[in-house]
Amino acid sequence: MLNVFHNLEISHYIYLSTVLFSIGLFGVLFRRNAIVLLMCIELMLNSVNLLLAAFTEYMGDANANGQMFVFFIMVVAAAEAAVGLAILVMVYRNTRKTDVSFLDQLKD
Amino acid sequence: MNPILLILGLPLLGFLINGILGSKLPKFVVGVIGTGAVLISFLVAILQWSTISNGQLSIDLFTFLQIDQLSLKVAFQLDRLSIWMTLIITGIGTLIHLYSISYMKEDEGFYKFFAYLNFFIFNMLLLVLGSNFLMMFFGWEGVGLCSYLLIGFWYKNEDYGKAARKAFIMNRIGDLGLLLGMFLIISQFGSLDYNVVFAQIAVGNTSTNMLTAISLLLFVGATGKSAQIPLFTWLPDAMAGPTPVSALIHAATMVTAGIYLTVRCQVIFALSPLANDVILWVGLGTAVIAALIGLKQNDIKKVLAYSTVSQLGFMFVALGAGAYSTALFHVTTHAFFKALLFLGAGSVIHGMHHEQDIRFMGGLKSKMPITHLTFLIGTLAISGFPLLSGFFSKDEILTAVFLHNKIAYVLLAGSALLTTVYMFRLYFLTFHGEYRNHHHNFEKVHESPINMTLPLMVLSILSLIGGALNLPTYITHSDGFLISWLSPLFVIPQSVHEIGHSTEYILIGVAVFIFITGFLISRNIFISKRTIPTENSTGISGVLQNKFYVDELYHKVFVRPLEITSSILHDLFDGLILRAFTFGVYPLLKVCGRLNKKIQNGNIEMYLLYMVIAIVLLLGVNLIFA
Repeated sequence: MLNVFHNLEISHYIYLSTVLFSIGLFGVLFRRNAIVLLMCIELMLNSVNLLLAAFTEYMGDANANGQMFVFFIMVVAAAEAAVGLAILVMVYRNTRKTDVSFLDQLKD
Repeated sequence: MNPILLILGLPLLGFLINGILGSKLPKFVVGVIGTGAVLISFLVAILQWSTISNGQLSIDLFTFLQIDQLSLKVAFQLDRLSIWMTLIITGIGTLIHLYSISYMKEDEGFYKFFAYLNFFIFNMLLLVLGSNFLMMFFGWEGVGLCSYLLIGFWYKNEDYGKAARKAFIMNRIGDLGLLLGMFLIISQFGSLDYNVVFAQIAVGNTSTNMLTAISLLLFVGATGKSAQIPLFTWLPDAMAGPTPVSALIHAATMVTAGIYLTVRCQVIFALSPLANDVILWVGLGTAVIAALIGLKQNDIKKVLAYSTVSQLGFMFVALGAGAYSTALFHVTTHAFFKALLFLGAGSVIHGMHHEQDIRFMGGLKSKMPITHLTFLIGTLAISGFPLLSGFFSKDEILTAVFLHNKIAYVLLAGSALLTTVYMFRLYFLTFHGEYRNHHHNFEKVHESPINMTLPLMVLSILSLIGGALNLPTYITHSDGFLISWLSPLFVIPQSVHEIGHSTEYILIGVAVFIFITGFLISRNIFISKRTIPTENSTGISGVLQNKFYVDELYHKVFVRPLEITSSILHDLFDGLILRAFTFGVYPLLKVCGRLNKKIQNGNIEMYLLYMVIAIVLLLGVNLIFA
């Protein structure tokens, strides 16, 4: 198993996180369901986390500063998800919908 | 304090007090302040008389404008000519202020009226006391403004407002000539100071053509302010103002500004024969035409207005004939008797409860004894009754013209005859015959209060004895007082009267004959035959009644083309070009707005998409240019 990981180069990590980020991005852009939207945002955040972890290893940083960031981002993402879901619950209570295209009150 | 500043400052102070605080002060106080300011000015000016006879006072306040070599100063001088004018302005001004206290006492704009009157006096003094053309021009414009404000004093009447505008615009045409004349003077002499300019001309290096051009341009200014052909039509309309205004501004003082200007610039005018001829004939034409029109007017003030125009014509004839002191003499006596006649007319209008049409007057002799007597004196004076002021001044003008040009003399004598006829027509129709008004009971007609009759009495005494200011040679065997008083002022000596005694007596005889003839004609028509003017005359008298259709002519020749041109330009520029711009911009912006509106549709997904596109673009740009 370990050998498999040892054969991985930094470019593989970059490709993977790019793909994950793009999936998240397109999800955010083109999905209507707010829950899916939140999940996609999580996906984008985690793709970045992955990249941070990989680069920490790649750069041989003894203090693992990059990985410290990963934890911070996870905490913030958790808080953000909590707030997002709370808003979502309120929206759902008022409109009986979780469809974001319905929320077009920002014009005018 | 310098007496010149005192003379000038008091009316200005009166204007400021009455203008700013007047609405809160009682009418009596306003009247006293207004009258007192002018009276004190008058007294101060009298006290300077002996000083002036030994030289002149002048004061240089500050430089108004410095352009390269040309420095325009705020400077004043009190010399023999200015003090003469100052005494007329403030003296008559005081009487008319006093008169106005009663005449205007019912008016709600009382304080405004006095403020304007004081401001007028200030500007008129500025005009005569300035020691350069610029100061004169300031005063010139200032009196024009006051004239406008006072003609349109009862601004709620639209016609009065129009009369005020007419006066203002007509004066603007004249002012243009004056301004151009001043520019020529600057270009030629590099200064506007009287002393500098006149000294340079007196040296004799200036070409006659240049002097003719300057003097003709200055004369254009004079025709505007002094109501000569072709700019005279504003003055009869100016009678829309309150009667004291007509007496002060449109008879005694402001309209003589043109004569003052010519006398002041005697050295320019005297050296230009062509300009003299133009002035002579313009003055003569005005004197005759205005007298003819005066024959057929029915408004008491209009008759006097045309009489004023005609008398101003007399003065210009004198100027054209080179008799400058004589013109000023006539200015003085005219100020006395015309102010008297206007104030008398005002007293009649006051007593008749604002009736101005002489067809509806008559028989007022018994009801208004003082007004009647003083008006009679004024009529006699203007008609040239022997030994009254008008007789001497008019006779002097006629003599001067006789020596200058015989044809002009005949025409002017004819105009003098007309003067007598229309003045007695006015007098007879107003004070003699039957009372012809059905609107107001004859019993209600009343004599005016003392502070209106007092100025009448003072002015009638002046009209009686005013001739003493410049008695002719055949009485005193020396030059008249005014002639000797003014002679040090003239760089170029006036044309001397070389006239035989027999000729002189014949001329006097003609003058007396003119008076008697005019009187008899008038008496025959209006007393013996009891003729009352009719509403619509035909033929020649219709032409006269309609003032030779000059207003209609001006309207057709100048006003209509202007109106047509502006309406064409309005249709073209406003209707097509400006419209295309203003109404074209709006749809353009609307289309742009509609396109932009699509972007901001409130859809969060779209906003996110824009954000991503923008980030990608920025990254792309960063990659390409990094």
